[in-house]
This record gives sequence, C-alpha cells and structure tokens, in this order.
Amino acid sequence: MTEQTTFLLRHRAVPNIDQLQVYRENGGFEAFRKVVTSMQPADVLAEVKSSGLRGRGGAGFPTGIKWGFLPNNIWPHYVVANADESEPGTFKDREIMESNPFQFLEGLMIASYAVGANLSYAYLRGEFWQIAHGLDEDIAALEAAGLLGDRLFGTDYSLRLRTHLGAGAYICGEETALLESLEGKLGQPRLRPPFPAVYGLFGKPTVINNVETLANLPPIIEKGAGWYKSLGTEKSPGIKIFSLSGCINKPGNYELPLGTTFRELIFEHGGGVPEGRTVKAFMSAGASSTIVTADDAALDTPMDYESTQNVLNAPLGSASVIILDDSVDMAWLVDKTVHFFRHESCGKCTPCREGTYWMSHLTHRILHGKARPEDIELLDTVAAQMQGKCLCALGEFSTMAVRSGIEKFRADFEANVRRAPHG
Amino acid sequence: MNALLSKYPEQVEKILAKYPADQKRAAVMPLLYLAQTDENYVKQQSVYEIAEILDISPTDVVSIIGFYTLFHAEPGGKYRIQVCTDLPCALRGADQFLEELCASVGVGVGETTPDGLVTIERVMCLAACHRAPMFQLQGDGDIAYHENMTVEKTLALIEALRRHVKTGEAAHD
Ligand SMILES: Cc1cc2nc3c(=O)[nH]c(=O)nc-3n(C[C@H](O)[C@H](O)[C@H](O)COP(=O)(O)O)c2cc1C
Ligand code: SF4
Ligand code: FES
Repeated sequence: MTEQTTFLLRHRAVPNIDQLQVYRENGGFEAFRKVVTSMQPADVLAEVKSSGLRGRGGAGFPTGIKWGFLPNNIWPHYVVANADESEPGTFKDREIMESNPFQFLEGLMIASYAVGANLSYAYLRGEFWQIAHGLDEDIAALEAAGLLGDRLFGTDYSLRLRTHLGAGAYICGEETALLESLEGKLGQPRLRPPFPAVYGLFGKPTVINNVETLANLPPIIEKGAGWYKSLGTEKSPGIKIFSLSGCINKPGNYELPLGTTFRELIFEHGGGVPEGRTVKAFMSAGASSTIVTADDAALDTPMDYESTQNVLNAPLGSASVIILDDSVDMAWLVDKTVHFFRHESCGKCTPCREGTYWMSHLTHRILHGKARPEDIELLDTVAAQMQGKCLCALGEFSTMAVRSGIEKFRADFEANVRRAPHG
Repeated sequence: MNALLSKYPEQVEKILAKYPADQKRAAVMPLLYLAQTDENYVKQQSVYEIAEILDISPTDVVSIIGFYTLFHAEPGGKYRIQVCTDLPCALRGADQFLEELCASVGVGVGETTPDGLVTIERVMCLAACHRAPMFQLQGDGDIAYHENMTVEKTLALIEALRRHVKTGEAAHD
C-alpha cells in the first residue's frame, strides 16, 4: 500500500505546527529566508520549473512556466492565492489553511519574491470567515517577527500580505472572476486575452495560484527540485491531496504521491463503500467531472493528470473524488449537479445562463416523473449544444455529468421516465 | 452624517488600508460585511454610506449585494442556518437532515421562525463534504461551521441562541 505523506498536511505529523514558534522550530521560514537572502528571483523560478510542480487548482498548468509569463516592463506585480475552494467535493485547501497556515503563507511569500511582488493577496471564499481571521492574526505575527514588512533580512525586498473575503459565489474561483471580485465588482469572468499575467489585479501583471500549489513551495525550496521529482510520476511529479467524499467509509483528505491508483485510494485508504454495497461509479474532479464507471480498468488507473484524462476521459482537476455506490440513481445525481451549476452560473453569457436553466428544468421533470421518453435525448442535446460555446469553463463543467450520465447510465433515466403517467 | 463611519471608524480605516489608495472600490465587500454585523442584512441607509465612503454609486453597491449570496438586502432571521445539500453531502443524508430539521423547528426551507430568531436555508457546497450533515451559522457578524450534526444538536443550538439573545448568555455548540 502506498503510504500517506505529510509534506503538506504537516500538522498530522507535527503537533501545534499552526503556532508560529513551532513552525519555526521545525524549519519554518528557512526556505523564505534562503530565497530572499541567497537566490535571485530567476533562480527560484528555475528551481520551481525544474521541480515540475503543476497547479493544484484544477488545470494542472506548470507553475514555473506560469510565473515566467509576467512581463518585466510593467509594475507592480501581484500574487493572488486562490482560496475560493468551492468545487463540490473539495475540502483540502481548507485543511491546509486551518491546520498548517504558515506553510501556505510561506509559499505565498516565496511566490511573491519569485515574481517581484511587494503586495499579495489571499482571496478566500466568504464562508471561510474564521479561517481568514486566523490568517490575519498569523500575518500580524509575521510582521511582528520581521518576516513580513520592509527590507526583509536586511535586503531591499519588502512584502506585505492581505486577506480578502468573497461572499458566496462559486464562479469567483475562476481566476478572472476572482480578480473582478477582489476589485469590488461582480464576480464575472473577463474576456481573454489579455491574460492575468499581463493585465491582472488592478490592471497589473498577476500570478494566481491555488493554496495547495503554494504550500508545495517551501518543501521544494528546502529539499530541492530533484527530491520533488522523485515523487509521483514523470509527467505529474510530486504529491497531491485527494479529497474523498460520498459513499465511502472513511471520507477525508489523503496526501499521496500522484500516480496512486483509484483502487488504493478507495479501498485501502478510504475503507471502501458501506457494508453490502458495491462501487458503481465515481467522479474524479468533483461535480465538474465526467461520471466514470467503476470497472477494474478504471479502478486500476493511476491518479495523475495524464492517466486520468487519457484512460478515463475525465479530468484529475482538483482531485476531489466522489464515490457513488449501487444505491445512487444517476438521474438524481445529474439533477443535483445541474441544479448547482444553474445556481452558480454568473449569467454573463447566454449559452451557459440559458443552457443550465433548461437542463435543470429537464432533470427536474425527469426526476419528478413528469418527463416524456424524448426528454432524455433533449437533455443530452441541450448539453451538447452548450459545449464549446461558453465564455468560461463553468458552462462546460455543467455538461460533463449530464452527458456521461446519460451515455453510461441511461437505464437510470429511463426508469424515472417510466414512472411518468405518459411515459 | 455617515453612521457606518462614525460607528466603526477604526474598522473602516483598517479595511481601506488593505488596498492601494487609488483602488478604494475593492473595499466594498468588507464594508458590506461590516454593515451587516448587527442585524444580518444591509439596511438601505448603509448602501448610501458605503457608496459615499468609496466614491461609487449606490446602484453599484446594490448590484454587489444582489450578486453574492452572503449579503442580504432584506431582513431575515437574526441568525441564518445554512444547510449544505449539495451532491457529496446529499450522499450522506443532508436532504433528510434538512427536512427533519425544518419539521422539528416548524418552518419551511427559506422561512424564518415567528420570533425572528432563525432562518433555515439550503446552500451549495461549503467545503465540509466529509463531515455531513453540516451547516454554517451566519449572524452576529460571524460565520461558524457546525459539522457532523444531528437534528437534536441543532435544536439545542437554536435554544442556546434564543437564550443568548434574551439574556446575553454565551451560545456555544
Ligand atoms: C468555474 C471555475 C471554478 C474554479 N474554482 C477554483 C477554486 O475554487 N480554487 C482554485 O484554486 N482554482 C479554481 N479554478 C481554477 C482557477 O481558474 C485557476 O486555474 C487556478 O486558481 C490557478 O492556480 P494553479 O495554477 O495553482 O492551479 C476554477 C476554475 C473555474 C473555471
Ligand atoms: S460560462 Fe457561465 S459562469 Fe462562465 S461566464 Fe458564461 S454565464 Fe458566466
Ligand atoms: S457538499 Fe456539502 S460541504 Fe461539500
């Protein structure tokens, strides 16, 4: 069995690591000191690039390459930590920020130094109210300890951090909607180009990174890119936190090397499904992902960016694995996901606004025994017509469970339709 | 007279200091939270006060309140119990929990108890899927998570809130 690691969820190995003193006694902020006092920003970028670290917010884009897109003739630069964590089934960033907050903040500080930012923000979903207040206190403690502020370690480098709370809107996890929201506007995605790397927060070059991505930086700087690459797979190096939820005996976060199989996660770590049940299917990336039939080939697929996409035709995304046992009616499930996306569509573009409305209308009809047999096809058609036409990925996400659900579990939909008087 | 400014001068200043001086508008969401502290909704008067502090139009402030679900334009309960019934929680009995809770309290989803104490609402994923049934409690200028809940524990919490409002006794979970 692949052992769980504690490089990110370090509080599981070191008690009270959420206290600044304990974090420092265990090597905390040595990585930040090292980059500021002995490395050029370009060296930090090169090290992170060489580690192969990929963004943990969903898209899996190489972090070092992303940082390299910032132009050196427009200033100031900003780093914004994406702590919106709103994908159904995802609860990993929250555990990092609640229990190992300084490692996240140190990562944000290292990223800031690497791109020359002197002011960086952490954007948290509004529901993380208490976490944000904890981070505010931690930031104040870092200022008092001289780890944030002017002329750090006697160099010319100065850095300040601020938190900003959203107020309940899934779309604000999308990076350009997040920037709009942070600027005090409606959280609606921007048209691109220009990309945030050039025109980001307050119109300035900006890096947006997920909380977990940032938490990887202190150990990478401390132990080196070579160490990081020794974990995980060749194309998906390192470790990942998998949020496991749904019909599973031991739901929770599991930190494992990328490339661990779904079978290991579900059965070895998660303790399998409740007594008397079997695994019918799973979703690999929360409510946004395709529904995967849990056959042997799927269960034996390694959880890395390439295998999940290539073998299962599903994204690894933020690695939020939702388990569905044989008691789950897929028509019910699709009604849930569609309802979510309809509620969260920001309304900016017509295909998503109207498409999610019509899909939810149809799934509701199907589920409540009011549908005609042709409504299943109609639902699939509405979803198919949305694909490729939406302004941001939310619209696309909303079609994933619908199309894969109908394709793989049509019988569940038909059973609901048969309950209808005219079915 | 700007009541928000005169009631919370230090907080307003601290909020404005978080953003570059020429980007004051960014402070609109924190100021809305501040305005919502006492009664758990944003009064018309506060809209004008926030607009004045930030040099933006009251319409802009109103549109922000409308877009984000944690801001409330209308009075509801002094506390809002917001139960997550999104997919992962629903797979662990959240819909049934919400139904039983509403039946025990005697209100429908989205409704407020006659004494104005609590509104029970249904919300989307709160990043606590592994600890369903769960809800967040919004009120007194705070948002607190209550996880691995039962109807019984929730009713006890509501009673504690009721006592807290009457006598000032601390409500705890
Ligand atoms: C609808 C939508 C919601 C998203 N939600 C989140 C989120 O909650 N957290 C996050 O880190 N990224 C989220 N993302 C991805 C971000 O847009 C962005 O790619 C990510 O924050 C980049 O950070 P990374 O490179 O470190 O992964 C979302 C994207 C979309 C389209
Ligand atoms: S796809 Fe949906 S969420 Fe994205 S911009 Fe269009 S309406 Fe908004
Ligand atoms: S689905 Fe309820 S907290 Fe995530």
